[in-house]
Amino acid sequence: MKHLIIIGNGIAGITTARHVRQQDSTVRITVISAESDHFYSRTALMYIYMGHMTYAHTKPYEDGFWAKNRIDLLRGYVEQVDTSAKRIRLADGQWLDYDALVLATGSVSTTVDWPGLSASGVQGLYGLPDLERMEQFTKNIERAVVVGGGLIGVELAEMLRSRHIDVTMLVRDPHYWSSTLPAEEGKLVGRHLLRHGVDLRLETELKEILAGSRQTGPRQAGPRSADPTGRVRAVVTKTGEEIPCQFVGLGIGVTPNVAFLKNSGVELGKGVLVNEYFETNVADVYAIGDCNEFRQPILGTDGALRKPIEQIWYTGRMHGETLARTLCGSRTAYRPGAFFNSAKFFDIEYQTYGTLNAQLTDDEQTYYWEHPSGEQCLRINYRKTDQSVVGIHALGIRLRQAVCDRWIQDRTPFATVVSQLRQADFNPEFSESFTDQLTGHAPAGSPDRRKGWFHRLFSATH
Amino acid sequence: MRTTGQRIGLTAFLIGFALFVAILPLSRYVLTDKVLSETIQKEQLADVRMATASMQGKVYASSFSFVGDYRAAIAQLNEGFKRRNETNRLVQDYAFPVTKAASTGFFPDNSGLFFWLILLLCMGGALLYILPEQRALPGIKNNDIYHDPATNRGWIGVVVCGFLIGFYILLYFFPEYMTNWVLLFDPLSQLLNGGPASQWFVYGTLYTLVILVMGVRMLIKYRHSRYQQFRTLSVMFFQTVFAFLVPELLAFFHQPAQDLKNMWPLDYSFYFDYRIDEKIKAGTFGIFLLVWGTALWVLGVPILTYFFGKRWYCSWVCGCGGLAETLGDPYRQLSDKRLGVWKLERIVVHSVLVFAVVMTAMVLYTYWSGQPSVFGFLDSYGIRSAYGSAIGAVFAGVLGTGFYPVFGSRVWCRFGCPLAAYLGLVQRFKSRFRITTNGGQCISCGNCSTYCEMGIDVRWYAQRGQDIVRSSCVGCGICSAVCPRGVLNLENDSTTSRRTDPGPIVLGNNSFRIQ
Repeated sequence: MKHLIIIGNGIAGITTARHVRQQDSTVRITVISAESDHFYSRTALMYIYMGHMTYAHTKPYEDGFWAKNRIDLLRGYVEQVDTSAKRIRLADGQWLDYDALVLATGSVSTTVDWPGLSASGVQGLYGLPDLERMEQFTKNIERAVVVGGGLIGVELAEMLRSRHIDVTMLVRDPHYWSSTLPAEEGKLVGRHLLRHGVDLRLETELKEILAGSRQTGPRQAGPRSADPTGRVRAVVTKTGEEIPCQFVGLGIGVTPNVAFLKNSGVELGKGVLVNEYFETNVADVYAIGDCNEFRQPILGTDGALRKPIEQIWYTGRMHGETLARTLCGSRTAYRPGAFFNSAKFFDIEYQTYGTLNAQLTDDEQTYYWEHPSGEQCLRINYRKTDQSVVGIHALGIRLRQAVCDRWIQDRTPFATVVSQLRQADFNPEFSESFTDQLTGHAPAGSPDRRKGWFHRLFSATH
Repeated sequence: MRTTGQRIGLTAFLIGFALFVAILPLSRYVLTDKVLSETIQKEQLADVRMATASMQGKVYASSFSFVGDYRAAIAQLNEGFKRRNETNRLVQDYAFPVTKAASTGFFPDNSGLFFWLILLLCMGGALLYILPEQRALPGIKNNDIYHDPATNRGWIGVVVCGFLIGFYILLYFFPEYMTNWVLLFDPLSQLLNGGPASQWFVYGTLYTLVILVMGVRMLIKYRHSRYQQFRTLSVMFFQTVFAFLVPELLAFFHQPAQDLKNMWPLDYSFYFDYRIDEKIKAGTFGIFLLVWGTALWVLGVPILTYFFGKRWYCSWVCGCGGLAETLGDPYRQLSDKRLGVWKLERIVVHSVLVFAVVMTAMVLYTYWSGQPSVFGFLDSYGIRSAYGSAIGAVFAGVLGTGFYPVFGSRVWCRFGCPLAAYLGLVQRFKSRFRITTNGGQCISCGNCSTYCEMGIDVRWYAQRGQDIVRSSCVGCGICSAVCPRGVLNLENDSTTSRRTDPGPIVLGNNSFRIQ
């Protein structure tokens, strides 16, 4: 391999480039992106909007890092992939030859064919252009509607609330994020959203977006004629309720960004179809991260099946780590460990380990503990047959991944996990001990024993 | 969004602050016989009286013209002594006490009123502004930090920076022009230590009040985090009791005034001849202070840093750290994270440590041997005064604190503090402390690096699943607090369990193993 081209400078593509360079000092590496000159952390977009950070802070590597490691960065949009001649064409007409091609093009925001979708001020949140648009369309507005009860939806709500914009959040299901969260967790998050002033509308679906005339926002000027900018002015729900708003944020998910590959000969499903080595149907073309789709579902080393499309930061990184091995000569299959993910809902952190189904399967039992404050909880699902733990949810509690991962991979029985819970406590020093409350060593709501942290400060084991 | 109460508070604070600045030029200055006899040593009184005869009774409208005339008169007097080879009669610079005593007019006559008015407006206003923040739900509150010209190096930051630099220059180099501020604090000084206020008393009092008020802000901002609360209460306590009240009370009882938690080499004059003599003269208690101060850095630093990391001092006890963690908190994100700056930091801070050690060794050599000259060409008095002005005044004060709103809150601790360098060496090579990274959970967002006041690129380690073991880390715990994914945790554990070599792959991927 002389020239490796990676399309996409997100976490998947950049991880591949870095790991290939670590193992191979000679190969020429080119990373192409239409979105940004340098790798930045997509997960931090919300913090730029909220003023916690600037764009520069979201770049995990200094700009000089790439030249130093001889990773060529190219800004451009790939319009065509010619797999027979092993070359790609950029929007400016330039052709580039590759010996190996990695598709790491990520996602685009999912949309539904709602009437009025093209009105200005209606958008998802995935990349930098979205952020710029959102900055522009939320200036001095009073009210926004967020559609979708998932991770992006809650991020949008938090961003808008940070600018003191009234937010109505439309969630199709009876509680927040019901595809992933069981009812108790969904309700816990729902309560928290309400405390933060989000007008949460459950079991409410969007029917139509209204734009143009009768705009009620502060930007209104002139008579009530059709607004030439086509600016959104309200949404209508399926029950017929009209909710005035000047911005609509779409958080109903993301879809693999593969439209440009339609005539390339690379086989597509929803994403680019790959095997466990990330190999597509075309030799020397690989796909990783958000944009790929496994033909055969991948089995984790914990024995659980993974989703064929897994649009998660960590997944993109693990794909990159693994593919770099293959590209450097040792063909390596993707073998993820126990599933894990995390998020933050306003002030409540969320972590999950293993497989935690929103609905219990026939062989599963559940244990659920909630702090009296109603802002922290822990759920452990385990098998009826051998009592082994399959999945853990923690809200408002930090758990140690290494310990949770070991429990799940080793099929540790529930009783053992509870007795070892302290090992997984990753909360900061002096925090109220949830493990004592949970295992009945201290009454709920009572503060941690002074001896507890003093002991921990000096003890060699956790 | 600010409430009406907060607006009133902010206005009150700004009025109080404006008043504080406005009283600086408010005095008139008259040199009288009484002024001179109160301030000048008896044996020089006649000389000075004669030299300044032309100033007597004249009313000066500004301290600049007064000090100018006074200094010219003394210079002329000393010129004469030098010409006549009467160097034993040379008069030292009394400009500060003379100017202070010569102040007259409406302000000095009513300084008590101004003191209470300014104190009430500034502290009351600040608290009115800070306390309503309690209404917000507990959690990380960093919204709009980079939209606000006070905290994003905008114009407010630059103005505050200008004021702070001006303040430190006056304090360290031109105290004779800030005598009105000193007059303000005379009654309080009389109450605490039985003597009139010096510029250092003013500084110490303001420093303590700022830590207390901004400490309250910190307690509210991080009220969801017990680590932050305990740590803030700790720096507030150590500043108020150990750095402020105890030394003043010691002075009141005519004992050597010492901050019992300060230690060499941060307290660089600890082994200077006059401070050793003062302690020896004070008898048993003085000897105790000498032993205590020595034991702190000989035994306290290695032992406590081994168990807890340097945080036990830098972000729980130290006065410089206390100011950085309270007044400096709104500016912590402004520290520079670049790799090149880290390299510079290591060179500079360790050079200061070497300078402090060499300087102290020379001073002690001079103390035991009576020889001011070391190796025949170095003058230990010259070296120590160079250290005092370059490191003690310019680095620690003007640069270290003055540039809070531009370079972040820990410029001194990071680049200049010799004690931090020493603590850091222990922390880096022999300590149970580390910041643990939680497996593969990092999303590289950059909050940790952004809010690290020491300019550590925390994310660099976190995204590789590597523990953070850095000599400069003061263990403030803010990286862990701002992390949106619960990835970072400050921990003490066995020294061998610090994961500084993360391996080829981050936790969560079992595709291959290389051991």
